[in-house]
Amino acid sequence: MPDGSFAHPQERQFNPYSENGGTILAIAGADFTVVAGDTRQSEGYSIQTRYAPKVFKLTDRAVLAVNGFAADGNMFVKKVKQRLEWYRHAHAKDMPLRAIARLIQTMLYAQRFFPYYVYNILGGIEEDGSGAVYSFDPVGSYEREACRAAGAAQALVQPFLDNQIYFKNQQPPAGSSHPVHLPLPDVLSIVIDSFTGATERHIEVGDGLEIFVILAKGRSTQGFDGRSGVQELSTTPEGDRVFVIRRELKKD
Amino acid sequence: MDHFPTNWGRPRNDAHDAFNTYPLHQRPAPHTDTFAEGVQRTQQPIVTGTSVLAIKYKDGIMMTADTLASYGSLARFKSIQRLHAVGESTVIGASGDMSDFQYLQGLLDGLVTDEFTAGDGDALGPAEVHEYLARVLYARRSKMNPLWNSLLVGGVKDGESFLAYVDLLGTTYTASTLATGYGAYIALPLLRQAVEGREATLGADEARRILTESMRVLFYRDARSLNKFQIATVTAAGVDISEPIVLDTAWGFAEGIRGYGGQTQ
Amino acid sequence: MFRNTYDSDNTVFSPQGRLHQVEYALEAVKQGSAAVGLRSKTHAILLALKRSTGELASYQQKMYRIDDHVGIAIAGLTSDARVLSNFMRQQAMSSRMVFNRPIPVNRLVSSIADKAQVNTQEYGRRPYGVGFLVIGGDKTGPHLYEFSPSGNSYEYYAMSIGARSQSAKTYLEKHYEKFVDCNLEDLIRHGLHALRETLQQDKELTINNTSIGIIGPAGEHERNVPSGSPFRILEGEAIDVYLKTMVPKDTGEAPAPAAATGDEPPAGEAAPAPPAGGDGDVQMSED
Repeated sequence: MPDGSFAHPQERQFNPYSENGGTILAIAGADFTVVAGDTRQSEGYSIQTRYAPKVFKLTDRAVLAVNGFAADGNMFVKKVKQRLEWYRHAHAKDMPLRAIARLIQTMLYAQRFFPYYVYNILGGIEEDGSGAVYSFDPVGSYEREACRAAGAAQALVQPFLDNQIYFKNQQPPAGSSHPVHLPLPDVLSIVIDSFTGATERHIEVGDGLEIFVILAKGRSTQGFDGRSGVQELSTTPEGDRVFVIRRELKKD
Repeated sequence: MDHFPTNWGRPRNDAHDAFNTYPLHQRPAPHTDTFAEGVQRTQQPIVTGTSVLAIKYKDGIMMTADTLASYGSLARFKSIQRLHAVGESTVIGASGDMSDFQYLQGLLDGLVTDEFTAGDGDALGPAEVHEYLARVLYARRSKMNPLWNSLLVGGVKDGESFLAYVDLLGTTYTASTLATGYGAYIALPLLRQAVEGREATLGADEARRILTESMRVLFYRDARSLNKFQIATVTAAGVDISEPIVLDTAWGFAEGIRGYGGQTQ
Repeated sequence: MFRNTYDSDNTVFSPQGRLHQVEYALEAVKQGSAAVGLRSKTHAILLALKRSTGELASYQQKMYRIDDHVGIAIAGLTSDARVLSNFMRQQAMSSRMVFNRPIPVNRLVSSIADKAQVNTQEYGRRPYGVGFLVIGGDKTGPHLYEFSPSGNSYEYYAMSIGARSQSAKTYLEKHYEKFVDCNLEDLIRHGLHALRETLQQDKELTINNTSIGIIGPAGEHERNVPSGSPFRILEGEAIDVYLKTMVPKDTGEAPAPAAATGDEPPAGEAAPAPPAGGDGDVQMSED
């Protein structure tokens, strides 16, 4: 065609995927883990809802954050929860964190040729009582890390975490070294700053923030018991404990 | 980074070219299978309904949709119902393909019959109906054979009002004001301004007025809409779907609009 | 070898209109150790007697968790019970997947009853050799059902199945009107007394041979019950406190040990004049 409009045939195939924005992150401490996500769900320039949770408690010591295509994410979480329920039926206990991580890999890779379009970050407490974060790509590649950001504002948040958690591009004061693990109050401040920053600079991030804190067995709540909006989700006060802190983010 | 300037600032849903960007370069498209032509699936909706709007108010939820089913730009059926009661406490409203919606109605009616025959009084509420629809629509999109609808599900059960969205991809969300299709761009901002924060105090009359005014705005701006619509109300007392309401509209102002009617320059 | 002419095939009626294979299946349930179920306004509980093949062996499993709101106790063939409980778990999970709601307990019981019925009608099959007591909680409160291999299921105020369950039933029939207003501790004590009736003369209920399953809010002796009070199974040391509240057998005049633990006053339960100092709500059998 002279105007070039038919030079390439237009394909009108059904696209089974969408992208629903939002950002998640997780940071592991020595005996705690923090997993957080914003609550905005969007498509294109439309905000669909200001409250759609992306972070889910799986067990008393494991929390999963999912980001990407919301329908896939919700379905995936539902299926993981059912697999964990079967494990509970068979063994009368919760699946350990590293086993959940491998389970998630297997479930993601099973969909290798029609993937769940989701980035998963699993956080919690290992059997040895240490805080741990596992991050996944949509087809199941995973590794254990100290921290990870994913989603719409990953490119904004991850460099910030590299600097603040891994101390990249920072020189320790002479005669000292960087700490291996940060204390909980510092981690919470970094998480909140990450999201307020991402909300400022990314249109798909905002509205609300949910921060899950998983404390290893016996660890005191020292570090956040002064904070507002803290709610305990764990089933027993003796074992590992799960808390959620809810914050508002800018809604524009 | 997307290096094609015509992709910038566009809705990421490539199903339609909403802003008629011109000229179109070749957009990235998924590779199709060699035998793909051998299988026939819904690749576009045929007879379609436009926006559905819904809000929460003091006594429950209110939902509205016009009675038009379009065949492309042809206003094909002008008196079809796009609101459907499911059991005693739920209503769904559909935009998108009307035949797919009728299929879903059949599915839901079967479900309601099954619940009734169980006879144990444990009827499905709006949350259960929404979950079920989400599973059905997600399962169909996963077979690459979608039911081409955007649906709103609302209702009241056990004193809780519920309002949620589900579409052909299986995407779901809840909010106190919802709109599908064109209404998500034009009516939703009006609804949010009128309703958000007032869900617990908003009376039925005002809720009805808000929806009616939103439908009027939509009728003026959405070329696939009609000034005849129904309003469904769900309260603890049950579901009520109104008779069609016809809006008086005035087009006199249009004479002065450039490009409309007699003016040619 | 065969007791009857019409017993080798479960699809053939005897001239008396009976299906012998189905009745033998009911006998298999009676071979299993007893299970007792009862409910109040707030709780439904199961109690079961676990058998052990000997000193060196562990005790059998008598209770299964189906979902947060459903649990079962079994009597009969454990292997059949595993098949059926697995099916129940699948049904419960499917309800949560498709409708995001806990499955209504009556429908869950009906689904296994329907499955069992098929086995009484189709050629080449055998009935299940296991009976269940099912407890569940929903919007209308706690429930107790019995499922049997004949394909029947009924709801009960109180029920027992398994070996010598008639003795427990006799106890339950005598006391069931009081169960409605019982708190959890009283209800368990009634359950233990009923279960004890099924024991052989020289046996006792111990922390090793007894299981207790509970639906309903946490009792005063319970620790670490998750929010929402899902179905839970108590075994071992956890049930010691309940066993201690039992009135000793054959010593109607002994003071109730309940007094020692400082709870369970016998108040409020008018029973035929008990011996002085006796616990009024417990009628001991004479054997």
